[in-house]
Amino acid sequence: MAEGVAPDVAGAAAPLPSARDVAVWRIALRNRGVLWGGVVLALIALVAVIGPWFVVDPTNLNPMTRLRPPGEAGLMGTDQLGRDVFSRVLSGARVSLVVGLAVAVIAIAIGLVLGLVAGYVRWTDAIIMRVMDGLMSIPAILLAIAMISLSGATLGTVVAAIVIPEIPRVTRLVRSVVLTVREEAYVEAAIAAGTRVHMIMVRHVLPNTIAPLIVQATYICGSAMLTEAILGFLGAGIPPEIPSWGNIMSEGRTFFQLTPWIIFFPGLALAVTVLAVNIVGDGLRDTLDPRIARTMR
Amino acid sequence: MLVYILKRVAMTIPVMGVVALFVFALLRLSPGDPAAVIAGDFATAEDVARIREQLGLSEPLVVQFGTWVWSLMQGDLGTSIFSGKPVTELIAQRIEPTMLLALTTILFSVAVAVPLGTLAAFKAGSLIDRFVMLFSVGGFSVPVFVLGYVLIYVFSLNLRWLPVQGYRSPFEHGLGPFLSHITLPTLTLSVIFIALIARMTRASVIEVLEEDYVRTARAKGQSELKVLMRHAVRNAAVPIVTVIGIGIALLIGGVVVTESVYNIPGLGRLVLDAVLARDYPIIQGLILFFSFVYILLNLLIDLTYTFLDPRIRY
Repeated sequence: MAEGVAPDVAGAAAPLPSARDVAVWRIALRNRGVLWGGVVLALIALVAVIGPWFVVDPTNLNPMTRLRPPGEAGLMGTDQLGRDVFSRVLSGARVSLVVGLAVAVIAIAIGLVLGLVAGYVRWTDAIIMRVMDGLMSIPAILLAIAMISLSGATLGTVVAAIVIPEIPRVTRLVRSVVLTVREEAYVEAAIAAGTRVHMIMVRHVLPNTIAPLIVQATYICGSAMLTEAILGFLGAGIPPEIPSWGNIMSEGRTFFQLTPWIIFFPGLALAVTVLAVNIVGDGLRDTLDPRIARTMR
Repeated sequence: MLVYILKRVAMTIPVMGVVALFVFALLRLSPGDPAAVIAGDFATAEDVARIREQLGLSEPLVVQFGTWVWSLMQGDLGTSIFSGKPVTELIAQRIEPTMLLALTTILFSVAVAVPLGTLAAFKAGSLIDRFVMLFSVGGFSVPVFVLGYVLIYVFSLNLRWLPVQGYRSPFEHGLGPFLSHITLPTLTLSVIFIALIARMTRASVIEVLEEDYVRTARAKGQSELKVLMRHAVRNAAVPIVTVIGIGIALLIGGVVVTESVYNIPGLGRLVLDAVLARDYPIIQGLILFFSFVYILLNLLIDLTYTFLDPRIRY
């Protein structure tokens, strides 16, 4: 079905890449997963940004229409306080996307610095990597719950609590790239020519980390959205004043047997979003990083 | 060999130390007075002072850490603020459902995922292969608790095949009630695990199938089933077992959520109740407990490599 569509679009997007300066995203868009996942994500993002302007206030209480099924009151029914589930799900999309993006960017930034240092400055390697090993052995969800319960649940603490357990994976990845690159002949040549360390980093090491990091960022984004929802569902996430997919579902638990849609709609939205992110991630991995693709596929 | 085992065991000590340091720092470095945070919004000054005393928060940090690690090494994970019981005792009371759920999940996942991944690798590119890959991407995308509610909705509320929630101990109520109550939680928790293991199995079997000895085996006329069983799966065992070990971390997080969805009185529920009550020693103790379980299981897995693959010699 998509066979006929994808090459056309890709063909229209770019001529055959001949040199490195062809924009990476053009190559990536040739992949069907990246294209379709990207389209779905763009739609979700669009709906998240402009959607809430067109629907009733998600915090609007209406005792007259409590627990109504979908269709009878609003597209997705109402919850136990008479709030419109559809507008709540739309607002929740904002939270999910913001958390996913913020966590991915921050975790990559911190992990990149730590990984570069561990890979390049020999004496720090053992220390940083042991700390990362330790951090990796702490169950992410428990660590996040503990951090949030101690410092109070806000958007910031939730993002921080999800970022910290993600850092070790990025650090390990960057470090392994650095260790491979520094053995390459062109880096040895640069060192022999007296190039300064920070220039070697910027010119030779950093460009090699970009492709795997973009791939890793999409996976982190997807898992951050899931973790945020899990925290919200367990009552340890973003406070209920701001509707998030997690806390909508958390509030829907009490009446689940009566009104399952309060859990199903945000759950579906979450699953579709994360699926789109993961499909984009798989596509990017296949196009940007053939080496990883071989072992991970 | 013995030297390697000792080395590998010794390597876990700094990791455990880092974990302990993190868990310790978590409470002390959090903004505000930890004693006041734990005491909650309605606490009196005496309550805060009592909790501060109980946690030894007025001592210098180094002394606090020292005494805490010393008691950890004697197997003392601390004492619950509200019930006054040792955390180890609380863990012992609640560990059975959690351990059995983890066990059924691992058994079920391996039993499903390894054949599925092998089949996908054997028929790489086929419809079955695509289905397995689609399932594994989907498995990573569906939130555990949403899946749990979908299963409850279909199998418990509509079809009425299985009980909605709860837990029955096999030692008290027998195997039948235990199985009927553990089936849905196991299915729920298994999906992500199956996705993970099937993906890894497929990747490593594909790799092994390209080896010369597989071609030799085929050339001498061995049946495809034997090629798969005797050569491919056996040689792919190490990465598969490794990914199971890494997956334990996923499993621990999933157990907390699954126990919450199905109302299972295990360690996950103990954590959540402790969070609601701000009973920090319990949270701290359980994080340490789960981390050490993870570290020890992965140590065990590392040590079994020699049995799985005689080529690995230390």
